[in-house]
Amino acid sequence: MFIQSINAGLRKIPTWVLYIVLPIPGLLAIVSGLTDNLGPEPINELEEQLGEFALKLLIVGLAVSPLLHVTRINLVRFRRAIGLMAFAYVLAHFLVWFLLDLQALNQIWTEIAKRPYVTAGFAGFIVMIPLVLTSNDWSVRRLGRFWRVLHRLTYLAAILAGVHFIMLSKGFDVEALAHMAVILAFLALRVGKWRRRLQSGLQGLRTKLIG
Amino acid sequence: MAHRWTNTLTRADITPEPLWLNRRQLIAGALGAGAMASIASPALAETLEPNTWEHITSYNNFYEFGTDKEDPAANAHRLNTAGWEIEVDGLVDAPGRYSVASLLDGLSEEERIYRFRCVEAWAMVVPWNGVELKDILDKVGVQSGAKYVAFETANRPDEMPGLRYPVLDWPYREGLRLDEALHPLTLMATGIYGKPIPNQNGAPIRLVVPWKYGFKSIKSIVRITLTDQEPVTSWNMANAREYGFYSNVNPTVSHPRWSQATERRIGGGLFNRRQPTLMFNGYEVEVADLYEGMDLKTYF
Repeated sequence: MFIQSINAGLRKIPTWVLYIVLPIPGLLAIVSGLTDNLGPEPINELEEQLGEFALKLLIVGLAVSPLLHVTRINLVRFRRAIGLMAFAYVLAHFLVWFLLDLQALNQIWTEIAKRPYVTAGFAGFIVMIPLVLTSNDWSVRRLGRFWRVLHRLTYLAAILAGVHFIMLSKGFDVEALAHMAVILAFLALRVGKWRRRLQSGLQGLRTKLIG
Repeated sequence: MAHRWTNTLTRADITPEPLWLNRRQLIAGALGAGAMASIASPALAETLEPNTWEHITSYNNFYEFGTDKEDPAANAHRLNTAGWEIEVDGLVDAPGRYSVASLLDGLSEEERIYRFRCVEAWAMVVPWNGVELKDILDKVGVQSGAKYVAFETANRPDEMPGLRYPVLDWPYREGLRLDEALHPLTLMATGIYGKPIPNQNGAPIRLVVPWKYGFKSIKSIVRITLTDQEPVTSWNMANAREYGFYSNVNPTVSHPRWSQATERRIGGGLFNRRQPTLMFNGYEVEVADLYEGMDLKTYF
């Protein structure tokens, strides 16, 4: 009953609300930076806030499906907005890195190639591009079953982002490791489901063959 | 005062207190002072303006209080520095537990305005108050066999919440070669801007080695050991490939994960430009001879 009323309430929220609400923390951070309210090192602070929020949104996106299976709370309608907003934050994070932090456009490829943590982060960014391009209804229809397979790359993007976070930390960073642990837990749940589906498929095939 | 080293900066280069207490006024003041300084001495004008008290005391790496830059300022009030003692041992004539006051007794504090360069490629200029480490070592009598000085930070989990996490192999340890320790630039700081050093900056007494990356300048020291062996140091133990024993500021030797060729001075806002990092953090004339004949790419 309770879950049903939650889902009924959620259905009343239009998805466009997320495109208004989710950019707010990033815009606030940018405004704080421009008005000198991001502390002594605003470039790093802005870069970190945008990156961390991107990673959190990716994790929230990954949480949608286990949440549905475990609690029956249905956020599937919002998943596209969550994913697109995660990409917007990744893009903003990337732009702050190379325009404000690195400040040397001619060095961008050297940095991406030479610094493994940058390589991992950049790879995550690239992996997200086909997902963004195929996030529209037309692509979902056109790609059919392949769309689902393609969008499993979200796990790869999240893992790359988590690795990026761990690698850029100095020493043993509990926060970075905690993010990674959550991502891997979701992946484990998903892999478990794939395996069960595969097994039941095999089982069905076997009974069909034997029976 | 020992007067073995003279600041290239003088009192006049420090932003006056009323200005650094107010950021808006500070910016105006810095521009004014910069304009005047550029007439008097163009070379000093832009780079050596000390950072504000606010920046120096709110943007810190002191992992015993947490790994975020703002953690030390938020948590360090829990450290009780009353009755602080430093254990001096190893190859010294007068080993023992010394109060800070007794180590400083008879020595007069100097002001040293030094560049401070973090291994993470950010930098500040800090007006320290302190005594030369050499004067303290002379007091306890360094024996002839000593070749290195090892330092240890306080290890008080009840007062230092960051110690609950195995970020590093606690307690924090650092070390210098004896000739580095005896160099007139090497300072034991007890103050900043003429005030007692705040806990987050390493109260009651810390090392300052301005030509090395900041993590060498160990804070809140409780032990000084004279030894004939190269001491183990915390960051080197954590990752020897990234953090060498020497860790001299060197723009030509990259950190494996980022370039050390440039740095960003704290306090320049969102559109702050990077500036080139200087060899030995700008103290090449003073310290280069300590490393003569050494391959600084090997001994990084």
